[in-house]
Amino acid sequence: MRAFISSVYLFLYAPIALVVLFSFNAGRNASEFTGFSTAWYGKALGNTFLVSALQNSLLIAFTSATLAAIFGTMAALGMERLAPRNRAIFDALFAAAIVVPGVVIGIATLVALVAVFSFINPALATIWPGDQPPQLGLGYGSIIAAHGLFSMALVTMIVKARIASLGRDIVEASSDLYATPLTTFRLIVLPQILPSILAGFLLAFTFSFDDFIIAFFVAGSKTTLPIYVFASIRRGVTPEINAIATLVLVASLLLILTARILMREKKTKSGE
Amino acid sequence: MPAATNTKRNLVTAALVAPAAAWLMIFLVLPFIAMLVFAFGERAPEGGYQAAFTFAQFANLPTRAAAFWNTLVLAPIGALACLLIAYPVAYYLAVKANPRYRLILVSLVVVPFWTSLLVRTYAWMYILGSRGIPNLLSVIGIEDVRMLNTPGAVLLGIVYGYLPLMIMPIYVSLEKLDRRLLEASADLGAKPVSTFFGVTLPLSLPGVMTGVALVTILLLGEYLIPQLLGGGKVFFIGNALVDLFLQSRNWPFGSAIAVTLVAVVVVILMVAMRIAFRVAGTRQVDLV
Repeated sequence: MRAFISSVYLFLYAPIALVVLFSFNAGRNASEFTGFSTAWYGKALGNTFLVSALQNSLLIAFTSATLAAIFGTMAALGMERLAPRNRAIFDALFAAAIVVPGVVIGIATLVALVAVFSFINPALATIWPGDQPPQLGLGYGSIIAAHGLFSMALVTMIVKARIASLGRDIVEASSDLYATPLTTFRLIVLPQILPSILAGFLLAFTFSFDDFIIAFFVAGSKTTLPIYVFASIRRGVTPEINAIATLVLVASLLLILTARILMREKKTKSGE
Repeated sequence: MPAATNTKRNLVTAALVAPAAAWLMIFLVLPFIAMLVFAFGERAPEGGYQAAFTFAQFANLPTRAAAFWNTLVLAPIGALACLLIAYPVAYYLAVKANPRYRLILVSLVVVPFWTSLLVRTYAWMYILGSRGIPNLLSVIGIEDVRMLNTPGAVLLGIVYGYLPLMIMPIYVSLEKLDRRLLEASADLGAKPVSTFFGVTLPLSLPGVMTGVALVTILLLGEYLIPQLLGGGKVFFIGNALVDLFLQSRNWPFGSAIAVTLVAVVVVILMVAMRIAFRVAGTRQVDLV
């Protein structure tokens, strides 16, 4: 049994380790390590297309995760006050947002946005006072919207689980001591759910930063980091991609580990 | 409670859920309606969509039978392969592992799931590619081994990509298992093997069903793994969809395929939920 478990862990980590190792390879050859070098990192970071794709990805991930953290937390707080039937509708829609494959989300969003734009753009052109009416199109907004959908569902799920484990008694004690609902929220509820909100934010950020397929459909002319990496891979495997892949891995590793530490704290505090 | 307080309470509730509700309506419900409408339309001469009401797109589905066939064969096989590896790992983590290291071992399983699938799939492209294992094999005299762009490579990528997602729900259901039941079974004279098949396995079935359903559903929409490791030779529905939307721009046909895919997903979910409900109460999936 031990041997089997060890080999599964080896299976999970060896391929990633290989990519990291070869990102430091001096030579171009993928099958022999010819010496240590950080040259590929320099080459990658000197690549302006790559850097601009990275900036796009960071902007999109930060915006969609922030919106998801705020609206998702609000939804988690509001849902427990809803009538059971309405709550069930929300639960079903959030579940759909998580479970429906990304390729379908991407297509549906693309189709809907293009249809909406085809109505709005001519209308804008007729009512616009100037010569150059704004043209709505795919880009940052559509990626943020589509990523925000999954992320909001994720944050709501995580924060809701935390709220469910909260002790009702201290909230009641607080209102018995004449605290207004807002004060109770600020002093009692918020500090307790904050770690899970932050964890949700980090996971949402990670999801958006790593997502390829949804962005592939709705990005329009914008390039995110995964789209750039995908295009480079199709042009041919080079050590430069290993360096970029390693940077992507390190970034998601840091995000997910921080998220897990935040969630773990929540579990020990609730006495699990 | 006075009416005024009640109204105020309802207003606050509405304000709290309003942004998420709007988001779900505009970016989930509306897109699905649009996709459904497109699926009954026609392709415009220059590509894209032209209003119509026709079943032609659905009648056309058999032309993509190969994509459906590959997906509907390899996705369940992939999910099953994941399950066979995942169950012993989840069992070890939940029952056998030293509690001191359990947290780290579980984290090590979760972390890969949250790192870029693109990068992880690329790693295998690197290993199976002509300069990887085949190159090493040629050194010891085994020439011309092709590993990339085969169904085996796609299957390997699937297991690699989705193993963590299979381990987690099974681990959660095994972890919640009441140890006293196992002790009771042993006290009543059951051998470890019969305890496992009589008690442990049935009680972990909800986790197994959740894992199998989640992995199968996500695999049905997979694009990256068949694209990078199947190299256009082993293609899934996801690859057909990308082709129809981004290359040949036949949006109505693509929508019809996507709608069919969603229908398959819904059927799988319903079957999985029915089985899970029958076996035991539902349990929440711990994605993190």
